[in-house]
Amino acid sequence: MTMNLYVRRRLLNYFNLTISVLVTLFGLFFLGWLLWTLFSEGARYLDWRVFTEITPGPGDANGGLANAIVGTLLLTFFGVLFGTPIGILAGTYLYEFGRRYWITPAVRFINDVLLSAPSIVLGVFVYEILVIKFGGFSGWAGAVALALIVIPIVVRTTDNMLALVPDTMREAAVALGAPRWKVTVSIVYRSASTGLVTGVILATAQIIGETAPLLFTSLGNQFWNTNMDKPMPALPLVIFNFAMSPYERWQHLAWAGALLITLTVLVMNILARAFLRGSKAD
Amino acid sequence: MSATASAVSAHRSRLGQSLGDRLFQGSTLFFALFVFIVLAAILVALALAAWPALSHFGWGFLTSSEWNPVTLNFGALSPIVGTLVTSLIAMLIGVPVSFGIALFITEMAPAWLKRPVGTAIELLAAIPSIIYGMWGLFIFAPFFADHIQPVMTDLFGGLPLIGPMFQGPPIGIGVFNAGFILAIMVIPFISSIMRDVFEVVPRTLKESAYAMGSTTWEVVWKVVLPYTKVGVVGGIMLGLGRALGETMAVTFVIGNAHGLNMSLFMPGNTISSTLANEFTEADAPLYTSSLIALGLLLFVITVIILSFARLLLMRLERSQGGEKA
Repeated sequence: MTMNLYVRRRLLNYFNLTISVLVTLFGLFFLGWLLWTLFSEGARYLDWRVFTEITPGPGDANGGLANAIVGTLLLTFFGVLFGTPIGILAGTYLYEFGRRYWITPAVRFINDVLLSAPSIVLGVFVYEILVIKFGGFSGWAGAVALALIVIPIVVRTTDNMLALVPDTMREAAVALGAPRWKVTVSIVYRSASTGLVTGVILATAQIIGETAPLLFTSLGNQFWNTNMDKPMPALPLVIFNFAMSPYERWQHLAWAGALLITLTVLVMNILARAFLRGSKAD
Repeated sequence: MSATASAVSAHRSRLGQSLGDRLFQGSTLFFALFVFIVLAAILVALALAAWPALSHFGWGFLTSSEWNPVTLNFGALSPIVGTLVTSLIAMLIGVPVSFGIALFITEMAPAWLKRPVGTAIELLAAIPSIIYGMWGLFIFAPFFADHIQPVMTDLFGGLPLIGPMFQGPPIGIGVFNAGFILAIMVIPFISSIMRDVFEVVPRTLKESAYAMGSTTWEVVWKVVLPYTKVGVVGGIMLGLGRALGETMAVTFVIGNAHGLNMSLFMPGNTISSTLANEFTEADAPLYTSSLIALGLLLFVITVIILSFARLLLMRLERSQGGEKA
């Protein structure tokens, strides 16, 4: 009887542990399947034309993604440019100045909620406050929507990274007579710089692939455009429009764009991790 | 006299020194408050824009499944149900899988394997949503229709009550497929939180259980999980918040059809997929307003779910802080 119970417990253990290995393989399998799909469908079409020619018209056998790539670079650049200073300053308040105030946990809480809020709603919000009020779809509206995604990510990483700087360093600098802003900028930021940069890289990687917040803000543009006042093309928008189209070249470009964007995002993520780990090892 | 003068000059120099400080601290405070303002502004802007539709349709907006841009008659029931059902499917698949992954990484994997496996699973979260959508539509949907759906129909299609949910045309596009892809997308979020909270269980607690002769499974199920249940529920809610608002992947694979359907293999829609598909096409003010009302609804639901998740995770952090101190 007791032997029976013992065997049953062991069997249950082996069974559940086996399942646990299997579901881990299940998760890894999908990562592999996604990447394999992207390479097998996209690699053949990722040639120089993708980078030199603009998006083709319907049925056109030529054309590339040059305008969409430039659009994504511009939108991402301005999104990060707007979002980063706001995020770093807000994160600085949370750890450097606001530690003892009730507002700090409240801001942290709200920020964490924004961090996971649906990005399509941010697009609708920017549509309401910018697109309607200031003359239509534009690259600026797209960049603002992306900045709203950057801010919570950077606030979170700044807050966490400043916490790694020992208080003795701040105290040493204050004891030497340095004002708090100088302590923060030249001592705290400097020693947390790797972490801060990692946060910005992760935020950049996040917005490069974002589609939903751009649908109603920068809208997309089939022509060459570097004017941020006008509707701006972006890789994810082109992928969305081209993937489900009946035109062969469009479908091929969608796969090439998907591979390009995924590789960029994955490389940035892996770099950010390596960067952070390298700095911790020092 | 001279004492006063030196006090004044000391005060003045402190003032001069603190001007930079005040500007700097003031701007950090301003941007911290800005985070508040953004959340409030989103709620206010959406509520204002949604008001025409909400006042026109009243509570009927939530209970009607009518969606007719021609007669301008809108009800949100179909996208609401679609959002809830796809997220529920995602949780039913994603939570056990995430638990298994967290168990594998924290209790079973040798040290050299922990980091690569953990990183690979987390990279699933880095892949953009639209990539899941393309893969889901062109690669996974045909595979699902040919190999998985027939098996599910055979297994469950004949059952009473839930049988009709598993019957339908083998097109591979529909509510179940959307939920399945959402499950893969939320796995990295849920499993990484489960991993983090499993790691904080004190070694002595686990070792005591092992010393009593517990198996690994018993340690995880009867010691680790009860100890971390608050954090685990927080992680699940966080994943649920992600699933509810996910847009592009769902838009590709759900088929985008209004109306309610018993079958999980039939096309449907969600709040976010409806927005993505119809927002720029909406030509009437009431149409746009109805879509924004959908967006407001989604935002309010996710904010509530995410707030709940964060409260649970904060409670866990506080209790840990208390134990350390």
